[in-house]
Amino acid sequence: MSTAIQPSTIDGLAIRKDFPIFQQAPSEGRVPLVFLDSAASSQRPAVVIDTVSDFYARTNANIHRGVYQLSEQATLRYEEARHITAQFINAANPRECIFVRNTTEAINLVASSWGRANLNPGDRILLSVMEHHSNLVPWQLIAEERGAIIDYIPLTGDQRLDMEAFETLLKNEPKLVAVAHVSNAIGTINPIAEIVQKAHAAGALMLVDGAQSVPHMPVDVQALDVDFMAFSGHKMLGPMGSGVLYGKRKLLEAMPPYMSGGSMIRKVTLEKTTFADLPARFEAGTPAVADQVGLGAAMQYLSDLGMETVRQHEVELLDYALEQLLSVPGLTAYGPDNLDERAGVISFTLGDIHAHDVSSILDNQNIAVRAGHHCAQPLMHELGVTATTRASLYIYNTKDDVDRLIAGLHKANKVFGLE
Amino acid sequence: MSDDLYRDIILDHYRSPRNKGTLDPADYSYEDVNPLCGDEIRIDVRVKDDKIDEIAFSGRGCAISQASASILMEMTDGKTLDEVKAITKEDLLEELMVPISPARLKCALLSLKVLKAGIYGVGHDDDE
Repeated sequence: MSTAIQPSTIDGLAIRKDFPIFQQAPSEGRVPLVFLDSAASSQRPAVVIDTVSDFYARTNANIHRGVYQLSEQATLRYEEARHITAQFINAANPRECIFVRNTTEAINLVASSWGRANLNPGDRILLSVMEHHSNLVPWQLIAEERGAIIDYIPLTGDQRLDMEAFETLLKNEPKLVAVAHVSNAIGTINPIAEIVQKAHAAGALMLVDGAQSVPHMPVDVQALDVDFMAFSGHKMLGPMGSGVLYGKRKLLEAMPPYMSGGSMIRKVTLEKTTFADLPARFEAGTPAVADQVGLGAAMQYLSDLGMETVRQHEVELLDYALEQLLSVPGLTAYGPDNLDERAGVISFTLGDIHAHDVSSILDNQNIAVRAGHHCAQPLMHELGVTATTRASLYIYNTKDDVDRLIAGLHKANKVFGLE
Repeated sequence: MSDDLYRDIILDHYRSPRNKGTLDPADYSYEDVNPLCGDEIRIDVRVKDDKIDEIAFSGRGCAISQASASILMEMTDGKTLDEVKAITKEDLLEELMVPISPARLKCALLSLKVLKAGIYGVGHDDDE
C-alpha cells in the first residue's frame, strides 16, 4: 500500500456532484453541510440510489424461485452483485461471498455457526482491546455458551496493537483470532497480513473485521489469506442493510447453518432436512435483494475511482487535518501519527469539554461528526476517556471541510471560555 | 445559527454546579448512566418531615447533563416529596431555558430520571 503523500487525483467537490445529499439546500439559517461521519455510515451516490430504485421499477420479483422471466432477471442481478463483490475483494469464488445485513450479522454468523461447532470448554479465542462491540460481544456470548476463554491483545502507548504481546498470547493456542483491520474509533491500521500469518502459524483461524478497511483501501482476501472477512455495504456508498461475509469455501462448507428456513435447504421431510450448497445455505429467507444489487453499483463506483486513489485522497486530507489540528488549543488526538498506520479517522478530546458538547456546537455550524464511545468501550477505557469526538473522511471530503472543522473547534473553545 | 444551547445559564451551572457532592449517610442514593454518551449522575437525598432536607449530585458528563442536574438541585431543595414527585420533564426543560434537540433530551433528563427513581424508592419504603 502506497501512502506517500501525493496530490490527490480525486476532486472532492466534483465527486460531491454525484451525491444528491450534498445538493440539498441546508435548512433555513444553516450553512452548507460538512459531513465528517462516514465511518458511521457513508453517503450514497445517485447511481446507487437509482440502481435500487431501478431494481424495484424494472426487475422486481423474488429470487431463486420463480421460473418466470422477472424472477430470472432479479436472480441474475443479485448474483451479478455477488460476482462484483468477489472481484472487489478478490475472492477466489463468488460462492465465498455470503450476503448479510451488515458486519455485525456477518460476525454473529461465524460466532454462532463456526463457534458452536468448533469451540469446546477451555478452548481459546484471541481478540484485541480495540475491537468494535460487534467483534467482541458475539464472541463473549458464544464463549460463555461453550465454556471457551477469550484473551485480548493489548495496546502500545501510541495505540497500536502490541505485537509482542500478541505473539505471547498465541502460545495459548487460540482456535481463532478475530481482529479489526482498521479501528473504527481511532483509525489505527493493524498489520493484518502479519497478524494472519502468525495466527495461521500458531494453528488459529483468522477473522478480520473489514468494516473500516474495505470501504477505504484496496483489500485482497487471497493475498491476506484471511479465513473470514466481514464488512458492511452502508459504510462504502451502498444501501443500509447490505453487507458481506467472505469465508474460505472449505470452512463455510463445513459449517452448520446459522439461520434456517426458506431457500437454504436442499430437501426437507418431516424427519430430516439437508441443506443447500454455498452461498444459499447461509442466506435463509428472502434477502435484501435490491440493496445488495445497490451495493454492487457502489463497488463499481469505487472501482472506477480506484481504491488506491481513494486511499491516497484520504491520506492527503488526513495529513492536512492532523497538521491543522495542532493549532487548536487543548486538543488531544488519538491514534498513530504515522500515516502508513492510520486511516482517515480522527478521534480527539478538546480540553475538558465533553464530546457531546463539542459535537452539538459543531452541529450548530452544520458539521456532522460522531461523539461518544464509538461502540468501543474497552478501548475508551484503555485511553482513559469516556468519550471522544470523531471526524472521519471519505472521497467527497475536501480541505475546506477540514478548515470548517478547525474553525468549529475554535468556536467550541470560545463557548467554553477556553480561548 | 447561534449557540443557543450553550447560553449563560447552562455554562454557569456547568462551571459552578449547585449542591455538587455526596451525602453519607443518605436516606437514599441512586445513580444511573446514559449509555449513549456515558453521562453518569448520582443523587443523594436526606429527608426530614417528608421534605428534602439535603440533596446533592455527583457524576460526570456533558454540560447539558451536569447543568441540568445542578438546576434540578435548585428546583427540589426544601420541597416536599410529593412536590418533587410532581415535577415533570417539561418543568425541568422549562427551567433549562434552552432548546434541547431530540438527540440531547436523554442528557437533559438523566438527573430527573435518577431523582424520580430514588424518590419513588423512598416512597415505597414508607408504604411498607
